Amino acid sequence: MAPILSVRDLEKTYDGGFQALKSVSLDIEEGEVFALLGPNGAGKTTLISTICGLVRPTSGSIHVGGHDAMKEFRSARRLIGLVPQEMPTAPFEIVGDTVTFSRGLFGLPPDRPLIDGILKDLTLWEKRNNPIMALSGGMKRRLLVAKALSHEPKILFLDEPTAGVDVELRHDMWRIVSELKERGVTIILTTHYIEEAEEMADRVGVINKGEIILVEEKEELMRKLGRKLLTLNLTEPLGAVPDSLSRYDLELAEEGMRLIYTYDTHAERTGITALLTDLADAGVRFQDLQTDQSSLEDIFVGLVKEG
Amino acid sequence: MNFGAVRSIYLAEMARTKRTLMQSVVSPVISTVLYFVVFGAAIGSRISEVDGVSYGAFLVPGLIMLSLMTQSLSNAAFGIYFPRFTGTIFEVLSAPVSYLEITVAYVGAAASKSIIVGLIILLTANFFVDLEIRHPVWMVTFFVLTAVTFALLGFIIGIWADNFEKLQFVPLLIVTPLAFLGGSFYSIKMLPEFWQTVTLVNPVVYLISGFRWSFYGQADVSLGLSLAATSLFLIGSLAIVHWIFKTGYRLKA
Repeated sequence: MAPILSVRDLEKTYDGGFQALKSVSLDIEEGEVFALLGPNGAGKTTLISTICGLVRPTSGSIHVGGHDAMKEFRSARRLIGLVPQEMPTAPFEIVGDTVTFSRGLFGLPPDRPLIDGILKDLTLWEKRNNPIMALSGGMKRRLLVAKALSHEPKILFLDEPTAGVDVELRHDMWRIVSELKERGVTIILTTHYIEEAEEMADRVGVINKGEIILVEEKEELMRKLGRKLLTLNLTEPLGAVPDSLSRYDLELAEEGMRLIYTYDTHAERTGITALLTDLADAGVRFQDLQTDQSSLEDIFVGLVKEG
Repeated sequence: MNFGAVRSIYLAEMARTKRTLMQSVVSPVISTVLYFVVFGAAIGSRISEVDGVSYGAFLVPGLIMLSLMTQSLSNAAFGIYFPRFTGTIFEVLSAPVSYLEITVAYVGAAASKSIIVGLIILLTANFFVDLEIRHPVWMVTFFVLTAVTFALLGFIIGIWADNFEKLQFVPLLIVTPLAFLGGSFYSIKMLPEFWQTVTLVNPVVYLISGFRWSFYGQADVSLGLSLAATSLFLIGSLAIVHWIFKTGYRLKA
């Protein structure tokens, strides 16, 4: 199946000369949840804004549902809902009216049952007749989601949906995303909270300094780059790693009380058996051991540092 | 054409007027009535007729033009500046709405509001003086042309301004003096000859002259010149708006 969103060689250089996107190519499949990870200033928001028509690309092409986002901007944009990172709201507008307004911008007639349904889903129903300034930060964020959903988009962009929100709202947001995914909405979210990507995404892309440095199935990524640490708590401190163990690339920690071995879970041999045998031969004794799997966060930090 | 979007923006803008009725409608009407009382009734009674028209009646087209211009300008400037200021403009810019539609909706709403204000002033003035409108079609033409042109100008200012000071700067320091000196309160024939010539540089002179002509058949400059100047003003504004959207100036990075 053709990807629902296809970005080819997209470049953006801002007027000041800053190159925010460097030849970005990306395909998003219909119905998936794609997490775009990257540190601040990596180009996440620029990429989303360019796809949504808020930033003019310097070169490259964008196709949304097969429509050229520049030449057929109407057909392309009809498929897209955008929840921006900032929370821009007009303080005096009435919650319910502003959602109807958003729908109207897409040329669609008011649809009371639909709008009411969206407001209820996002627990804004009680506030529908209030001005926006009476909403809490979390409610405003949900209102922006409601506005973005008002024209029933097939693709929803969530730019940092949980930046600066409390735990409850974050879980709320995760619930909303999984409900939308069930309805078949394609979701592209940016975040720098790795746990968010781990929680929600099917695929993960990492962007750094304007370049997509990796796109991978989340599971695959975690497996592929997943390293495990074996930590041995020694009975007696070691001054240095004995020469006979030098081939294991061991690290000493906690003033010689801990020995850390890093291994690849996918290597044919992890080397654990050999290590333990060699340790016994070298007379190193330990009282406890533990293993840790690296999280997406560790992987991410590793990638960005390399780049 | 995405008529639904134009309608949505237009109605949202008009709803804002309803919400701010005092500021948008009542206050311009009151200030015009005050002008009318001060210049028309108090001082005007000591001024003889101007071109065979009583000063009070002479004043009406000028006052309507004055408020039409300032209202169109500030309505349109604020209408587009505020969503830029709050950031909600992203919604319009990422919707399937063309630039033409955005302009038509915002400028149309701003012009509509000032036309309503202008009509209220016209009706109010009717209680104070005997009005005659000799050329109603031309009167409506100048009325609408001026409202639309100044709304376009306001739209440009609202996009250009990046703070509230700039938003106020052009209306207060450029347009208000031009409107006052453009013959709102007097016929330029009352000026010394030198200043009559200088005044002709002021584009507002042509608008007011044409509009006043449609009432009383008296004009400072010829009708053709008035119409040409007004059209030129309109085309100039349209060209700037076109350039703004073509380059994404202050709207898109």
